[in-house]
Amino acid sequence: MSKPVLATTSLAGCFGCHMSFLDIDERILKLIELVEFNKSPVVDIKTFTKECDIGLIEGGCCNSENVEVLKEFRKHCKILVSVGECAIMGGLPALRNGIPVKECLEEAYLNGPTVGLNTENILPNDDELPMILDRVYPCHEIVRIDYYLPGCPPTADLIWNALVALVTGDEMKLPYEVVKFD
Amino acid sequence: MNKNGKLYFEIDGKPCYADAGQSIIDAAKANGVFIPSLCHVEGVKPAGSCRICNVKVNGRVMTACTTPVEDGMVVDNDIPELIELRKAIIDVLFVSGNHFCPSCEKSGNCELQALAYRYQIMVPRFPYEFPLKDVDASAEHIFHDANRCILCKRCIRTITKEGKHVFAYQGRGGEHLQIVMDKELASLLTEQEAQEAMEICPVGAILKKEQGFIVPIGERKFDKVPIGSDIEKQ
Repeated sequence: MSKPVLATTSLAGCFGCHMSFLDIDERILKLIELVEFNKSPVVDIKTFTKECDIGLIEGGCCNSENVEVLKEFRKHCKILVSVGECAIMGGLPALRNGIPVKECLEEAYLNGPTVGLNTENILPNDDELPMILDRVYPCHEIVRIDYYLPGCPPTADLIWNALVALVTGDEMKLPYEVVKFD
Repeated sequence: MNKNGKLYFEIDGKPCYADAGQSIIDAAKANGVFIPSLCHVEGVKPAGSCRICNVKVNGRVMTACTTPVEDGMVVDNDIPELIELRKAIIDVLFVSGNHFCPSCEKSGNCELQALAYRYQIMVPRFPYEFPLKDVDASAEHIFHDANRCILCKRCIRTITKEGKHVFAYQGRGGEHLQIVMDKELASLLTEQEAQEAMEICPVGAILKKEQGFIVPIGERKFDKVPIGSDIEKQ
C-alpha cells in the first residue's frame, strides 16, 4: 500500500510553525517512513504533483496569493489542518483588522517613524505583487478546514500526535501540556 | 440538615455540606468541587455576569455564584449539557474581543484561556468579530486594554481609590457597552494597587506596566495543570 501523502505551506505566517514541526527532531526519520512529502518547503517541492491526503496550513490569509494557495490546498488535499494561531484566527497579522488598508499602507510606507528611503512616496503597486486583503482572514473563513492545532507555535508533540493520529487512524493523544495558545 | 447545623446537598452525586447562606460556587469549592467562573470573586457580592458557573439546580439552570445552597439541593455540574453551554460562552468571549494570546502578557495566567484549555477548545465555533477597541495607557502604573475585556465586572466591583470606583460600565443597553477607566483615579494607583488590579482581572484587560512576561513559559499558573485542579485536589 502506498504511503499517505503530506503537503505543507506557510501563508501569512512566520514559518515558526514549520520550525516547530522540525522540532519533532529524530522522529522525522519515523515520519518519512510513515508519509510521503509533496508540495512543501520541507522538501522544496513547489507545485502539487499528485493528490495529497493531508495538508498542513500555517498562517492566515492576508493577500490574494494566500487565498489562491489555500484554495489549491483544499483542492488537492483530502484533509486540511489549520496549524497555529495565525491559521486559526489570523494571529499577529490580524492586529491590523479594523484599521483601513489605506491607513496601514500609509503608516508602513509613508508616515511610519522608520520610513526614510521612500522619497517618492510610492505605495507598492507592481502588478506582480499580490493584492493585500481588506483584513486578515482565518483559513476556515476561506475554505473548509477539518482540524485545528492551536499554539504559537503548536508544540512539536501536538503536531506529531496529530500526524500520527491522522496516518494511523487512532485517536489523537491530547495531554494537557501540549495544547496551548501561545 | 446534618448534626453540625450544616446544609446537606449533592453535586453530581457527591455528598456536600454548606453553611446557611453560602453560594453554591463557594460551597462547592469548600467541598473540593470546581465550578468554573470568570466573574466570581470570593467575598465580593456576586454579579452573575459571565454565566460560566451555570449549574442545574433541581433540574433548572442557575448561576452557582448567585444561588445560595438549600438543604437537600441536587446540583448537576460536570455534565455534558452544561459543559457544552460553558464552551459556547467561552467561544463567544473569544470571538467578541481581540484575544491575541501569543502577544498577551496575561497568557499562561489568563482564566479565559485556562478554561479553553480545560475544555480543550481548539477553535471557537463562531466567526471572529475583530471589534475596534481602545487601549488606555494614560495611568502611570496600569494599562487598560478593552480588546481583551470580557465585561465580567470584577474590576468595577473591587478596585477603588479614595472610596471611588476606578472602573465603570459605559454605554449600557447597546452594542457599545464597555468598561472604562477613570483616568484621574487610575493615575493615583500605587504599584501595589496596580498589581492587585492586574490579578483581579481574569484576562489581560488590566496590566501592570513595566513587568511584562515576568514568569517564564512553563512556570505560569496554567502551563502544567488545568484551572480548578487546586480545588479538586483538596
